[in-house]
Amino acid sequence: MSAGTQAIATQATAERKQSGRWLTALLLAPSAVWFFVLLILPLVVVLVYSVGVRAPAGGYQAAFTFDNYLNLPARWTAFKNTLTLAPLGTLICLIAGYPLAYFLAVKSSARWRVLLLILVIVPFWTSFLIRTYAWIFILGGRGIPAILDAMGIHDVRFINTPFAVMCGIVYAYLPLMVFPIYVSLEKLDKRLLEASEDLGASPLATFRQITLPLSAPGIITGCMLVFILLMGEYLIPQMLGGGKVFFIGNALVDLFLQSLNWPYGSAVAMGLVVIMLVTVSLYLRVTAATGGRRDESLI
Amino acid sequence: MDRKDFIQHLRRYQKGSISRRHFLGVTGLGTATAVLAASMPHLMTARHAYAGELGDQVNLTTWPDYHEPKNFEKFMSETGVKVNVTVFGSNEEMFAKLKAGGTGWDVLVPTNYTIETYVSEGMFEELDTSLLPNYDPKSYTDPRFTAPGTVGGKNYAVHKDWGTTGYVLNSTKVTDNPTTWKEFWDLTNTKYQSRTMVHDYQLTTIGNALKYYGYSFNSNDEKELAQAEKLLLDSKPNLFAINSDYKPSLLNGDAYMSVCWTGDAKQLKKTDPAFNYILGKEGGEIWADFYAVPKGAPHRAAAYALINFLLEPQVNKDEVLFHGYPVADKRVIDLLPPEIVNDPIMYPAAELLAPLEFGAAATLTNPARAEIMARFKSA
Repeated sequence: MSAGTQAIATQATAERKQSGRWLTALLLAPSAVWFFVLLILPLVVVLVYSVGVRAPAGGYQAAFTFDNYLNLPARWTAFKNTLTLAPLGTLICLIAGYPLAYFLAVKSSARWRVLLLILVIVPFWTSFLIRTYAWIFILGGRGIPAILDAMGIHDVRFINTPFAVMCGIVYAYLPLMVFPIYVSLEKLDKRLLEASEDLGASPLATFRQITLPLSAPGIITGCMLVFILLMGEYLIPQMLGGGKVFFIGNALVDLFLQSLNWPYGSAVAMGLVVIMLVTVSLYLRVTAATGGRRDESLI
Repeated sequence: MDRKDFIQHLRRYQKGSISRRHFLGVTGLGTATAVLAASMPHLMTARHAYAGELGDQVNLTTWPDYHEPKNFEKFMSETGVKVNVTVFGSNEEMFAKLKAGGTGWDVLVPTNYTIETYVSEGMFEELDTSLLPNYDPKSYTDPRFTAPGTVGGKNYAVHKDWGTTGYVLNSTKVTDNPTTWKEFWDLTNTKYQSRTMVHDYQLTTIGNALKYYGYSFNSNDEKELAQAEKLLLDSKPNLFAINSDYKPSLLNGDAYMSVCWTGDAKQLKKTDPAFNYILGKEGGEIWADFYAVPKGAPHRAAAYALINFLLEPQVNKDEVLFHGYPVADKRVIDLLPPEIVNDPIMYPAAELLAPLEFGAAATLTNPARAEIMARFKSA
């Protein structure tokens, strides 16, 4: 190959690279615009509002003060409820969801699997609001407490307690935990399990050393999905908590729609964003360090 | 041939893909007429004379269980306008949504104490009463129920109904015969823990906590509000819920007692006579609700048509029989059966009404009240 043709080839490669870059930019543009307009800009607005003051008739008035942030402890209970019930709900979903996903992916026969998977999805065909209403009746005075009463256990109350909220949370979020774990378990090479058994490992050791690590990406994804959505939960505490179990989401709705204190609401929202960023990055770091690979955890 | 098949054939006929003869053949002229009349009133009414001027829908923003659904059906069959209803739990929330903008609301049902603020914020249009022939300012029994609709000499809202805010109790469970707000709170914190509900609404919840100490329902005094907040925070663990939708929990037997509006008490009593309605002796709230049209209402003509329709005495009578709130319109009162006019829940004795107060505009905009309510809820 002469020096001339080589130069032409290099130039062609460079041109191809150039046009490739243009194509990449073009393909990314819609999502970039989307994120800029619907994520970055609103966040900037929230940030600006959070240092403002409440207008006399409610709403936002321009100012520069950190009073709203200093006042965050006034919503301590809402933060505390969210930061205890969200991780706890995630944990219960994991404990309840893992065996189910395991059964679906490993134990159930191919014939039944599709049907069982559909059964996990079926509740989504009914409005979430209606399903949560159903819980009001199940946990209310004429539901389970009435049955317990007939059995001689009197004056049991479920509705409008953290327990009721937790029931609603686990019920609603379980499928979000089951599916990612199911997907990662389904890919599990069964020959590894046989090899482990052949080599004399106990079922527990096989599970701990093969199944669990290989399903870690599913667990991480499931936990992230459930936890992130739970941190912003509003409807379940609203309906099953009766105004007595308050999440940050509920506090936000109150501040924007009832008190008309947009600046303070913005500060609480920023507080939630910061807490989310810190906990999620901590979580990812910890799981990465203990063997889960970060690159695989992203869907 | 079922309804769906029929519609399909009709559409094909309309598009010209089948002939009129074929259409009549497969549907049968008799069935076609019958099905049309029975199952598709919207096809019939679309041809109504009003349709062009009023459009085909109007958005009404109001409170739960506040209108006879049959009246909306009647309105639709008369005008071809469909009424879309949105309900709220508090005036504060309604105000906030409208202030945020882009609601598309055409008719609003604000309470007396909020109208002044809506008007000063430029959110209501001055009503063109020539479009409301059924509105007769001379027909009202008491000017107190209509006056809040007029701000600065201009009419922004017309009277819908009025009512009181007391509390309701299930007399099979609560046998103490309380008569005051003090007893309401004391029973909540002693004998009936986790059995009482208060509104998710600053005006009545803070107002009736103020009444415990005998202060004004409308107090904006810092010290008095601080005392009310302490009572609320101390009582919170003993409440069943903070929720303005209290009827289901009361009927379900979960709650025994709740802060309650006239019409809800009336509806509860109708379902179960064991429910009693009490107006605290110390006082509390008397209020009136209005119809108003927000500025820039997308279906303005339909908004006026709807308000006018609902003010028609016969229609309004059916409204009252449904929602159980008293009206101040003499023309309607004359049509009501005597057991309603003499009902102690709807038209309480004068000595019980005397100490009641109308909500004050300042309570809506006072940031301290808003924050106390928000702290109470998130505590």
